[in-house]
Amino acid sequence: MIAETGHLALILALCLALLQGTLPLAGAARGHEAWMKLATGAALAQAAMTMIAFAALTLAYIHSDFSLRNVFENSHSLKPMLYKVTGVWGNHEGSLVLWVLILALFALAVAVRGDRLPLETKARVLGVLGLIAAGFLAFSLFTSNPFERLDPPPVDGRDLNPILQDPGLAFHPPFLYLGYVGLSVTFAFAVAALIEGRVDRRWAQWVRPFTLASWTFLTTGIALGSWWAYYELGWGGWWFWDPVENASFMPWLAATALLHSTIVTGKREALKSWTILLAILAFSLSLLGTFLVRSGVLTSVHAFAVDPARGVFILAILTASIGGALALYAMRAPSLRPGGFFAPVSREGALVLNNLFLAAGCFTVLTGTLYPLLLDVVSGATVSVGPPYYEIVFVPLMVPLLILVALGMMAPWKRADLAGVLSRLKLLALVSVVTWGIAWWWTLQSSPLPAFGIALSVWIAGSVILEYGERIRIFRCPLRQSWQRARRLPAASHAMNLAHFGLAVFVAGVTASSAWQTEIIRTMAAGDRQDIAGYTLVFEGAQMVAGPNYDAERGSFLVMADGRHITRLEPERRSYLVQATQTTEAAIHTTLFADLYVVIGDAVGDGGHVVRLYHNPLVPWIWGGALLMAAGGAIGLVRRRGGPP
Amino acid sequence: MTGGQRRRTCGAGWRAMLRLLVLPGLLLLAAPAPLHAVEPDEILADPALEARARDLGRELRCLVCQNQSIEDSDAPLARDLRVILRQRIEAGDSDEAAVAWIVERYGDYVLLKPPLRGDTVILWGAPLVALAGGALVVFFAMRRNRRAGNGDGP
Repeated sequence: MIAETGHLALILALCLALLQGTLPLAGAARGHEAWMKLATGAALAQAAMTMIAFAALTLAYIHSDFSLRNVFENSHSLKPMLYKVTGVWGNHEGSLVLWVLILALFALAVAVRGDRLPLETKARVLGVLGLIAAGFLAFSLFTSNPFERLDPPPVDGRDLNPILQDPGLAFHPPFLYLGYVGLSVTFAFAVAALIEGRVDRRWAQWVRPFTLASWTFLTTGIALGSWWAYYELGWGGWWFWDPVENASFMPWLAATALLHSTIVTGKREALKSWTILLAILAFSLSLLGTFLVRSGVLTSVHAFAVDPARGVFILAILTASIGGALALYAMRAPSLRPGGFFAPVSREGALVLNNLFLAAGCFTVLTGTLYPLLLDVVSGATVSVGPPYYEIVFVPLMVPLLILVALGMMAPWKRADLAGVLSRLKLLALVSVVTWGIAWWWTLQSSPLPAFGIALSVWIAGSVILEYGERIRIFRCPLRQSWQRARRLPAASHAMNLAHFGLAVFVAGVTASSAWQTEIIRTMAAGDRQDIAGYTLVFEGAQMVAGPNYDAERGSFLVMADGRHITRLEPERRSYLVQATQTTEAAIHTTLFADLYVVIGDAVGDGGHVVRLYHNPLVPWIWGGALLMAAGGAIGLVRRRGGPP
Repeated sequence: MTGGQRRRTCGAGWRAMLRLLVLPGLLLLAAPAPLHAVEPDEILADPALEARARDLGRELRCLVCQNQSIEDSDAPLARDLRVILRQRIEAGDSDEAAVAWIVERYGDYVLLKPPLRGDTVILWGAPLVALAGGALVVFFAMRRNRRAGNGDGP
């Protein structure tokens, strides 16, 4: 009964989405007020229906209702409750329901909070969102129905893949989807602006919170995924340039560029046409990511051809939205009035360069991701594009961007003042170069590149501190006064500085962890000792323990440093009973400056075990930095009471 | 050992797909296994040679995995390639010769960094073209902007 309610709600949601996607748009075109006003109601009702559908599916999972094929295939009665719930989106059908739910919630936000929007604009934005929702609801209902029944119902389920039974991965998809789908709102605003032929300061102000929110969610989602990869996969890597990772990284790059170009549009009414294009591209890349991941085309072009129903459906959604929006762009963009003037060396100029490098980086990742597929289709030749490719082509594109961060933050709006910028950064440049030299000497590396990464981090962090210090006139006026100045700064200023500081932390983490990792792989028997990076580990042996739905072999390592007991690390190898698979659970001792990372492997010979020990310097800074960036994004969303958004 | 049946597959392909919770059908076909990659018995006694083997291995693809280097994969084929690579290096091959030896038998597909050849020119040229093309667009837009903005410029 519950499942049928959910199914019905999903069908009604599709009808409402179709209504939301047609009449308001037609009404806005013909000046029909009543039709335009339908948008808000339709969005509210559609959100309610989608919530009911999602709740129904969640209930089926909680009750382990195995008469639903979806629950049977992805759940098990013994599974911990947390993973029963997160299992809802741990599969294709359920994750689509989550997708449409998030889309409906974003539309709800526009419908409820958008009372300051002109009626036409609101109708158009909600109309476009309705069309997108209709596409995905139809996709769900016609190719991936989560409410399909099994008769007779099986006794128990097949369980969720054990690798998904993990807190990091459980909450990774919702954040990623919040980011992907949030970009649909920006996209809808861009389409509305093209129809109306008007992009101005107000438009940028409407769009900014949605861009910022999407970016923040994407940042969090990607960071969660990479953190999970780091602790779950058992050799300390955290980013693999895998096509699936790239699928989420490309929208992030585009959203980052959009975030910066929207600032220029909002402040100076410049870069209008480019900002609109970016808004379209950012969402297109989200859709492309969905297509790549959902269609199976990544496994191989041929896997896609075997069961093309789903892939073709997404491809149709993709073509309709991207093609439609780009055609509209081609027709209407030339008529947008050119924006405010600015000198090449100015804050705007720096932001343009920021966009140039981010866009080139995004294009590079896109090429690297699609090239093997395209080449296979065109000529049948197979090539592999892996991490070494990206390290050669992507990293050099990011280095100038990172150098630019400091210059951009120091540059004034509108006018050229290169001398002023350079004189303010003189001291910092010196400090950074000295850092480079010291780090190079200290690490005794033949390559100066890792040390350069650390210097870059100092350069960015230093420029943040300089910028912030100048704003609040620290040490140039009484501290009380500085404090008051800090409190009066707009949220955007705190946001920018915090996010850029996070970037500096991230850069240091990436550099140090990739350049100065220590690895020891050996066989250890109970009582064996091993030194690594100033720690001594004593292997105390391994024993069997039972979990709720798995058995585990748990090793125990005593960690000591300078003769003192530091902690005990207990890595596990789990055997999940239902799916008959194993996972490794690394044990990690995290300090501010490094991770000690221990993995236990196969038993060999007489009571010995293969053991992998890693010392990963500054690796916590990678996620710390990402977290700071996301926090910056969140702070930017704070709207001062009474002030402009 | 535990009661669970141990299946060896290459993990990163699955890991990566799972990252976005892909294709439940495929998940049922092959379950992921923990990644162990390099085993102690493979490691060369000479740390310098082993370091070279590591660096080279990271650029060679595990042929039965998705986008995973032989260093990171625990598939039997990846292990074989690691062992072969180390044998070549111990026999005194240069880095180039050792890789060439493997490419000769497995084709360019084994290289995670595709070689520059006729049909990869676009791949390698893309970043440069994107940057140069973008720079040109920016340049002309700025010039037009300056002309148009002369009136209200500073």
